[in-house]
This record gives sequence, structure tokens and C-alpha cells, in this order.
Amino acid sequence: MLGEPKVGVVIVSHSIKVAEGTADMVRQMVGDAVPLAAVGGNPEGGVGTNVELIHAALQRAWSEAGVAVLVDLGGAETNSEMAIERMPPAQRDRIVICNAPIVEGAIMAATESSGGSPLEVVRHAAEELMAGR
Amino acid sequence: MEREDRLALIVAVARAVIAHEEELTRLDQAIGDGDHGVNMRRGFEAVLHEADALAKLGTAAALEAIGHLLVNRIGGAAGPLYGTLALSLGRHGGNAQTLDDWILAFGQAIEDVKRRGKSEAGQKTLLDVFVPVHAVLVEKGAEAVAQLHRIAEDAAEATRPMRALRGRAAFLGDRSVGHVDPGARSASLVLGVIGRVLCGEN
Repeated sequence: MLGEPKVGVVIVSHSIKVAEGTADMVRQMVGDAVPLAAVGGNPEGGVGTNVELIHAALQRAWSEAGVAVLVDLGGAETNSEMAIERMPPAQRDRIVICNAPIVEGAIMAATESSGGSPLEVVRHAAEELMAGR
Repeated sequence: MEREDRLALIVAVARAVIAHEEELTRLDQAIGDGDHGVNMRRGFEAVLHEADALAKLGTAAALEAIGHLLVNRIGGAAGPLYGTLALSLGRHGGNAQTLDDWILAFGQAIEDVKRRGKSEAGQKTLLDVFVPVHAVLVEKGAEAVAQLHRIAEDAAEATRPMRALRGRAAFLGDRSVGHVDPGARSASLVLGVIGRVLCGEN
């Protein structure tokens, strides 16, 4: 299993502080084995989400195993969908937005990914958090 | 549509949105996160900045280019929705010649906005302006264009008693009742100005 690509994780928040803070927690708990990118805010540095910035984050965290995206509120999801559509068609189908709380979901997804699980299992691990509520 | 007509339309819509920043902010502070005015101004300032270059393109190509600008510059929840509307209108209007062709393309673009927002009319969003305005356009054609301003404003006003089911306002539930939806208001601004310019008013 060593050397196999691991599922990337992208954290999309309206606030870069929330996104980077979440990424800090992921790195502390899971380590650096998983491709990870945090993105948030608008290009002016204010609160918001932006397609170009999210697209760049998807490229940073891209993995042949796919990418799991964690989002916070409304616009983060729609902007992430548009950013995914800007990825090459062959990559697009291997990027999923998880229906999960952003902090807990990112940690669960990265934990599952670090063990070498495929994208659907990673997504399921994050989304189970919602099912358990 | 000639280059000068496209330029007049682009400039008029952008200026109207920019001029109403404060009103959109006020509406969004009541039931959203207060960023709709700033976001729309930022998006349409980018459009205004590029107006000359955009107007040189054909109408459909200009709409697609505007869509990309709006997606990138508005941000928030409105960026993908207005961006999708313009992109889709450009794609579906590629061969449009007549008003009826454009009304058909507008209807297809609205369907794309619904898919993007996972929403329908009746949920207190910009769709509550686009959908009823499109229905009147289908029914009355050019006659409706002459009244677009009033029809769109009435549709926006009709969101006041609605309960928000999508977007940030949905968190407020019943407390969203009694306020005009900021997205519906900005949609009515855009459509109203388009109507006025197409009828030769300014």
C-alpha cells in the first residue's frame, strides 16, 4: 500500500481562518500523508468564497485517488461545484463534496484517507457524522 | 443587436446594480449576511471595467464572458447563480435572432439556475423574480418587455411575505417573513434596466 496515492482533502470555508484552523487540526491528528488544501474568503481578503481560489485549492490537493471537499455554508457549496466543473473532465468525476460538518468531516475524511481507503469510503466516513445526528 | 446597443445595455445594468449597493446591503442585513450589496457591486464594477471589450463580442459571447466575470467577482451565493444565468443565456442564445428566441434561452437559463441553486420558485430567492417574469414574457412577448420594470419589481415585492427555504435566510425561518429577498431585489433591478434600455428609455 505504501506509495499508493491517497485521497486529497480540500477545506472550503467562508473564513480563511476557519479553513486554515481546520487544516491545522487535521495535520495534528492525521499528519502530512494526505494531500490537503485549505481555502476561504474572497480575493480581497474578506469573508466569502471564490471559484478561482477554490479551483486553485483543488489543483493543490489533486490526487489520482480523488479529492473529498468539505464546505461550510450555502455559497461554499455552489462555488465549489463551479470550481469542480473547471477541472479537466477526467478529474471532475473523482472529486466529491461531502455532506458533512466541515471540521469533523475534514478530520474523518483525512483519517480514512491516510489509511489508504478509496474515495467512496472516505466520503462515507465523513458523511456518517451527519447520519449519526 | 449592434455593438453600441450592447455597450449601452451592459453599462446601464452595471451602473444600476452599483447605484443600489446600499439598498441591497440593507435588505441582506435584515435576513442574510449583509454582503449582497458589496458582492454585486464588485461583480458589476468588473463588468463595467470591461464593458468596451465585452460589447465588441457578439451578444451570446458577451453574455458568456460576463458570466465568467460574475462567477469570479461576485462570490458569495449570488456569484454562481448570476454567473450561471449569464453563461447559460449565452450558451442557449448562441443562435438567437428574435425576442422569442431570447425568451426561450432565458427559460433554459432559469432551469440551469434552479439546478445550480437546488431551488425552485416559492423559496424566497431570485428565482421568484426570474420565473414569474419569464412566464409573463412567454405570454405577452414585446408587450411584457415594455412593462418589464414594473413586472419585475412586483415580483420582488411579492417575496416579502414568503418564508425563506434556501440560502442564508433559511436559517431565520419565520423571521425571514416580512422582508423583501435581496436576491429577488437585485434580479428585479437587472431585469428592469434591461427592459428600459430595450425600449429606448434610460
